[in-house]
Amino acid sequence: MTRSQLTITNSQEELVLSFFGEFTLYDIATRQKEIDALNVAACVATIDLSGLLFIDTSAAIFIDKLQDALISKNVTTSLLCDDSKINATLALVKKYKNNSENLATEEKLSVTEKIGKVIYDCFVGFLSFMHFIGKLFATKLHYLKNVKNMRFREIAFEINESGVKALGIIAITSFLIGVVVAYQSAYQLKIYGANIFIVDMLGISILRELAPLITAIVIAGRSGSAFTAQIGAMKITQELDAMETMGFDPYVFLVMPRILALMIVLPILIFVSDLLGIFGGMLVANVDLNITTQLFLDRFSEVVAVKHFFIGVAKGPFFAFLIASIGIYRGLRVKDDTQSIGFNTTKSVVESIFAVIVCDAVFSIAFTNLGI
Amino acid sequence: MKKIITVKALRTIFDKRVVHDGLDLSVEEGEIYGLLGPSGCGKTTLLREMVMLQKFDGGHVNIFGHDLGSINSTNAQELRRQWGVLFQAGALFSSLSVKDNIALPLREYTSLDEKMIEEIVKFKINLVGLNLRDGNLFPSQISGGMKKKAGLARALAMDPKLLFLDEPTSGLDPISAREFDSLILKLRDMLGLTIVMVSHDLQSIYDTLDKVAIIDNKKIAYEGGLDAISSSKSKFAQTFFKENI
Ligand SMILES: Nc1ncnc2c1ncn2[C@@H]1O[C@H](COP(=O)(O)OP(=O)(O)OP(=O)(O)O)[C@@H](O)[C@H]1O
Ligand SMILES: [Mg+2]
Repeated sequence: MTRSQLTITNSQEELVLSFFGEFTLYDIATRQKEIDALNVAACVATIDLSGLLFIDTSAAIFIDKLQDALISKNVTTSLLCDDSKINATLALVKKYKNNSENLATEEKLSVTEKIGKVIYDCFVGFLSFMHFIGKLFATKLHYLKNVKNMRFREIAFEINESGVKALGIIAITSFLIGVVVAYQSAYQLKIYGANIFIVDMLGISILRELAPLITAIVIAGRSGSAFTAQIGAMKITQELDAMETMGFDPYVFLVMPRILALMIVLPILIFVSDLLGIFGGMLVANVDLNITTQLFLDRFSEVVAVKHFFIGVAKGPFFAFLIASIGIYRGLRVKDDTQSIGFNTTKSVVESIFAVIVCDAVFSIAFTNLGI
Repeated sequence: MKKIITVKALRTIFDKRVVHDGLDLSVEEGEIYGLLGPSGCGKTTLLREMVMLQKFDGGHVNIFGHDLGSINSTNAQELRRQWGVLFQAGALFSSLSVKDNIALPLREYTSLDEKMIEEIVKFKINLVGLNLRDGNLFPSQISGGMKKKAGLARALAMDPKLLFLDEPTSGLDPISAREFDSLILKLRDMLGLTIVMVSHDLQSIYDTLDKVAIIDNKKIAYEGGLDAISSSKSKFAQTFFKENI
C-alpha cells in the first residue's frame, strides 16, 4: 500500500492542496495536522484529488469536512477529481451526511443531579427488593398449603449442592478460626495466669457469634453468588420466560427450593462449625496452656450454658433466608447482557454479607436486652 | 370462524419511547398468522405481551375469551397450558437433557407413567426431525438449529391449540427451514392448530402464512392475505415484497 501524501501550495492568491497515493483513515490524523498548521490568507482554494489512487469513506468524510470548513471561512473552494470511483465515494459520503441527525448525546448531569439519581436508584432498588420479598411470602403461603407442591427433588439437590459440598470448607475455616482465636487469647491469658478461662472465652464467642458468622459468610460467598449466577444466566437465555409461558412459576421451581434448602442446611453447618472451632481451640489450649482435654471438657460443660449453642444455631435460618433471598433477587435483576451477571454477583455477595452482619448486630442487641 | 386472539388499541411504551400505539388485530381459529415488519418495530414485544411475559400500557388483548389485562391467576394458569411458545433461541432448560426438556410439562401436568411419557417424547422428537440419539444430549451440546427443533418439540409436548413462534426458521439451514414449514402446515391440518409467528423468511412467509399483519409506525399497516399485500401503503411492505410479486 502506498501511503498518501499531501503537497501544499499556500500563496496570497491561492491555496492548493494536492493529495497523492492511497488516502485511508490511517493518514487522516497526519493530514489534519499539516492542514491545521496552515495560515490561510487566500480566498480561493483548490482541493486536488487527481493524484489519488484510492480513497476510503473516512478519508472522504475528511475531505468533505475540509471543503465545508474552507467554505465556511468564505474561501471559494473547488474540488478537482476525475476518477469515477473516488467521485462515487465522495457522493456516497455527501448523501448520508445530510440525512443523519446528530447522534443523541448523553445528558450531562450536575453533581446534585447525580447524587439525587443515586439516592433515588437506591430507593427504587429497596422498593423492588421489598416487592420481591412480598411476592415471595405470597407465593410461600400458597405453596406451603399443599405438601404435594413441595419440590423435594430440587430441595434435596440444593441441600447437596450448598450444604454437603460445603462441609469441607466450613470445617477447615472454623478449625482455623478456633486455633487463631485460642492462640491469640492464650498469649494474653498466660500473662495473668488465667489459663483456664480460655474455655469460657472460646465457648461463648465461638458458639454464639463466630461459628454462625463464619458459616454465613462462607455460604454467602459460595451459594449466594452461585444462585445469582445461575438464575441470571437462566434469565439471559430466556429460560425463565420459557418457564413462565409453560405455567411453571419460577418462584415455586427455583426460588422456594433454594431458600428452603439453605434454611435447612445452615443450622447444620453452624453445628459442624461449632464442633471444629472448639476442637481447634482445645488443641491450642492443650499445647500452649497445658489444659488437658478432660479438664477442658469438664470446664466447658460447667461454664458454657447450652443457650449459647441454641442462640448460635437459631441464627442459621435467618441468615440463610437473607443470603438466599438476596442471591436470588440479584439473579432476577440481571438484564439481558452478560456484564450484569458479574455486576449482580458481586452485589449479591457484598449485600448478603452486609445483611448478615446487620442481622447479627440486631440479634446481639435484642438478646442482650432480653437478658439471654 | 371463531376469533381466538383479538388485540384492540394496544399501547406499549418503554421509558419514553412509544412502540405500539393503537394497534389492532385479530387471529382466527386454524390460521397461520404472520407478524412482519422492520427490525425494532415491536414484533417480539407484541408476542411477549400476548403470552403474558410483558405488561402493556393501554388497550386490550383477548385470548380464548380471557382479557389479559384483568385475568386472575387460575385462568392465567389455565391459559398457559393451552399454548406453546418457541423462543427465538430455543430457551431450553440448560440443566435438563433434550428428552427431559420435552418431558417436563408432561411430568408436571399429567399423571402419565414414565413409559407413556417416553413414548410421547420419542414421537415428538421424531416429529420435529431430530434424531432419537440426540435426546440424551444437553442444550449446550447441540447446535442452534437443533435447539430450535427441540424447542418446538417442547412447545408441542402438551398438544397445545395455539402456538407462538418467534422467527422459527432464522438460523436454520434451507432444507431444515423448508421441512419446518411443511411441518407447521401439517400440524395445522392434523391438529387444527392456530399459529402466530414472527418471520423474516420470505420463502416461509409465502409457503405457510394464511394472513399477515405488517407492523409499521406503531400500528398495523396492513392486515390480510398475501395476495393483496401490494395494495398496502406501508413502505416496508412495498420494499419487502417488491421483486417477489
Ligand atoms: N426491555 C426493553 N427496554 C426498553 N426498550 C425495549 C425493550 N425491549 C424492546 N425494546 C424496544 O422496543 C422496540 C421493539 O423491540 P422488539 O424486540 O419487539 O423488535 P422486533 O420487531 O422483534 O425486532 P426484530 O425484528 O429485530 O427482532 C425496539 O425499539 C426496542 O428498542
Ligand atoms: Mg424480535
